[in-house]
Amino acid sequence: MSRESSDSKPIAEVRVGPDLFHALCWVASALAVATLAWIIYEIVTSAWPAIQKFGFGFLGSSSWVPNREVFGVFPFIVGTVASSFIAILFAFPLGLAIAIFLSENFLPAPVRQVIRFVVEMLAAIPSVVFGLWGIFVVIPIIKIFGDWAVKNLGGVPIFSGPAYGNSMLTASVVLALMILPTVTAISRNALTAVPKTLREGAYALGATRWEAILGVILPTAAPGVVAATILALGRAMGETMAVAMLIGNSSRLSWSLLSPGGTLAGLLANQFGEAEGLQVNSLMYAALILVVITLFVNVLGELVLRYTQSQTAGIR
Amino acid sequence: MKPLPFLLIGAALAGLSATSQAQQLSGAGASFPAPLYQRWGVEYNKLHPDVQVNYQSVGSGAGVKNFTAGVVDFGASDAAMSDAEIAKVPKGAVLIPATAGEVVFAYNLPGVETLNLPREAMAGIFLGKVTKWNDPVIAKANPGAKLPELPIMVAYRSDGSGTTYVFTQHLSTISPEFKEKIGTDKSVTFPVGVGGKGNEGVTALIKQTPGTIGYVEYGYAKGNGLAMASLQNKSGNFVAADGEHGASTLANVQLPENLRIWPVDPEGANDYPIASFTWLLLYKKYDDAAKLKALKDFVTYGLTTGQSFSEELGYIPLPAPVVEKAKAALATVQ
Repeated sequence: MSRESSDSKPIAEVRVGPDLFHALCWVASALAVATLAWIIYEIVTSAWPAIQKFGFGFLGSSSWVPNREVFGVFPFIVGTVASSFIAILFAFPLGLAIAIFLSENFLPAPVRQVIRFVVEMLAAIPSVVFGLWGIFVVIPIIKIFGDWAVKNLGGVPIFSGPAYGNSMLTASVVLALMILPTVTAISRNALTAVPKTLREGAYALGATRWEAILGVILPTAAPGVVAATILALGRAMGETMAVAMLIGNSSRLSWSLLSPGGTLAGLLANQFGEAEGLQVNSLMYAALILVVITLFVNVLGELVLRYTQSQTAGIR
Repeated sequence: MKPLPFLLIGAALAGLSATSQAQQLSGAGASFPAPLYQRWGVEYNKLHPDVQVNYQSVGSGAGVKNFTAGVVDFGASDAAMSDAEIAKVPKGAVLIPATAGEVVFAYNLPGVETLNLPREAMAGIFLGKVTKWNDPVIAKANPGAKLPELPIMVAYRSDGSGTTYVFTQHLSTISPEFKEKIGTDKSVTFPVGVGGKGNEGVTALIKQTPGTIGYVEYGYAKGNGLAMASLQNKSGNFVAADGEHGASTLANVQLPENLRIWPVDPEGANDYPIASFTWLLLYKKYDDAAKLKALKDFVTYGLTTGQSFSEELGYIPLPAPVVEKAKAALATVQ
């Protein structure tokens, strides 16, 4: 304080850097917010004719017939939600198991490092490559499984035939693999961030390794694990190219996992290029719905995160 | 998958090194003829190093939009342009048929090398009414073939496409029920089957699952070694999908004044039933004389020498009378 009043000039010079940085941060964050607002504004204005024409019926209607100008996205909403949740169903246990394995000292550190690197490399593979891999590797396997399942478990609605290669199940399996690095990396970070003292405390009380993991380490890391799952869910919902290549892009609703389905993102990727008139407006409406769903998932995630954080606050 | 990005990069690099006098021709539109147009651009550039043609395959709809907005030197569309669309172009539009293609029924049925599809079956399969390969409708047309009792898996294009337009246009013409239930468009909703993205997506669907049938461009089916069904044409003959029968279809077409026509249900005995022209869209007037000269010369090249690349790329060369009419239309461009 006293220095400021006695000699202000050098201090002003010293502050140029921080002030500039401060301003830059402001501009950067304002730009990010403004871009999001702008995108939503553009989507809403382009979607407006379809919103006026179809209203909320758009969400509940099952027919998407461009040449009759009849548009409804219910099957695509169901497909988006179903494929993402099935993907999480596969990716969550697997990803969490890998994360636990990598955060414990079962293997020497260099080996763990290699495994971790390989899993995280999955995130670097372009979506279209996952799609092609799905076409040539996953589809034939799912087809074999599907034919078997229809024959032996055909009574169960989710395995009713005929079995298609391009199906909800194929898309979900590939999605699971795509979101695996997200689940693993963030969960692993949360697990390794658990204070050493907690772990040692558990051992000191006579806990075995599994008791320590299940009783102390996992609950402590729960907020991070939840965050990982929700981020992964968000990514699965927005995933476009691989899903469009694998899900079969059908607007028919079916209980069967072996039937083709469709997602909102896939619908946009498929039809936007050649769409005209009301179809463009309807696709924009579909895009708006996708934005709202992912926003909802993220808000929900944030709430769950806060809740679990408050629940585990005592042991942190 | 597509050679486009490399061509664009190549064009961009070439553009950097070229002198300022180099004439740039930019076009955008249909993806179906893109490989041919890009080939023309490359070959033409070898003969005329001072002219660079940059064709972007953005789809027919986007091609018409860009052309109307005046941001390209020429457009291209599988669906030509409607009168209403032409009226929106301030400088006027001239449609030039530039090449043609066929849409084929490609199938995967082990042990069945040749397959005849009667008209009833073509529509019936995509309406979900003919569901087994040994259905009497198919069996009747294929005496001696060992048709298995296998469900028919239908594969269609899930993305909007000129291929779907031409395909559904033909089926709507031959089947009132198809017209009523499905109709004609670049993307329609079929009551059966599974959608693949792009020609490559449908090709993969057909290749991987025995019992699958789908529609793809002739060039794509040929390049991937898919079996193609012979289709029954208007005179009742079963006609194989190949360049010869496609050329027969085009030769019998009487081009109207505006050169816009689809042989939706050709009548000739040897005509392949599902063939279509694809058009270049030119303005009636160009302000830049040098550009006009280069563009006219390039299109003339495409209509003459350029047609010789058609066969190897899976297109049907334009018959001589069509080329003459196209040249006459080109002469009206000023």
